[in-house]
Amino acid sequence: MKNSLVIVGFFALGVILAVTSLVPDAIIKNDLSAYALYLLMFLVGIGIGADKKAWEILKNAKLKIVLVPITVIIGTMVGVAFISVFLKDISLRESLAVGAGFGYYSLSSIFIGQISGQALGVVALISNISREIITLLGTPLLVRYFGKLAPIASGGATAMDTTLPIITKFTGKEYAIISVFSGVVLTILVPFLVTFILKF
Amino acid sequence: MFTVLTIMSAGIILGYLVRNKIELIKYVDHAIRVSIYLLLFLLGISVGANRTVMDNLGSLGFNALLLAAGAVASSVGLSYLTYKMFFVTDK
Repeated sequence: MKNSLVIVGFFALGVILAVTSLVPDAIIKNDLSAYALYLLMFLVGIGIGADKKAWEILKNAKLKIVLVPITVIIGTMVGVAFISVFLKDISLRESLAVGAGFGYYSLSSIFIGQISGQALGVVALISNISREIITLLGTPLLVRYFGKLAPIASGGATAMDTTLPIITKFTGKEYAIISVFSGVVLTILVPFLVTFILKF
Repeated sequence: MFTVLTIMSAGIILGYLVRNKIELIKYVDHAIRVSIYLLLFLLGISVGANRTVMDNLGSLGFNALLLAAGAVASSVGLSYLTYKMFFVTDK
């Protein structure tokens, strides 16, 4: 949670500096973010590749555990597709791309902002942060009424890190492994799915 | 964007090869955090400099919340089915 606040803080700082025209035009005109994104994705890749616990869990996963991220993907896509019917400013394709962030708001907002422009980037940021917050606050209720997979589904990609402690607390160790597995799979898929949805 | 995906895939392979260098991995985690800060700061700047986005922040936020609600409700609902069908029975 603290880390999320710092991230939102940096975003807000950027907005404030730009609105108050304190940023040199050079930074706004020369979009540095593409290069920064290349660097980030390279580092994220290394982080995933070097995550021994994740590889261990991926290797020893029982077949039915694969159903969990599949459930989250299908559930999310159906949900955002349904909502997009009521949104006049956001198309079905854009809604699906926002949904394909699966709560990984830092990466998805940057990615979607690069491909589709800042407006949708902001939607992706707010929408995916909300997903994390809903999971952090709602896990006790979700588990009680919808079973132990519910917070893992709600948390999406965040189920491997930021929402893992609360999920583990309310579902137990066995589900912590399922949670990490689902989160890792979704985290790896985010950049691929977002690109695929917006480019095809 | 395909460049980005290629770069990420290369990162995964490299990361797998160096997975035993714990000091290096710690440094990578730190660098990831810093570059996320930098990127969101830059996104903030381009959002703040974009009049159309700033003027519509309210409705963008509202749409975002609706999408989040739909995504969570639907995936939680489906997860309940998966849970009942495949996870509870074989206990």
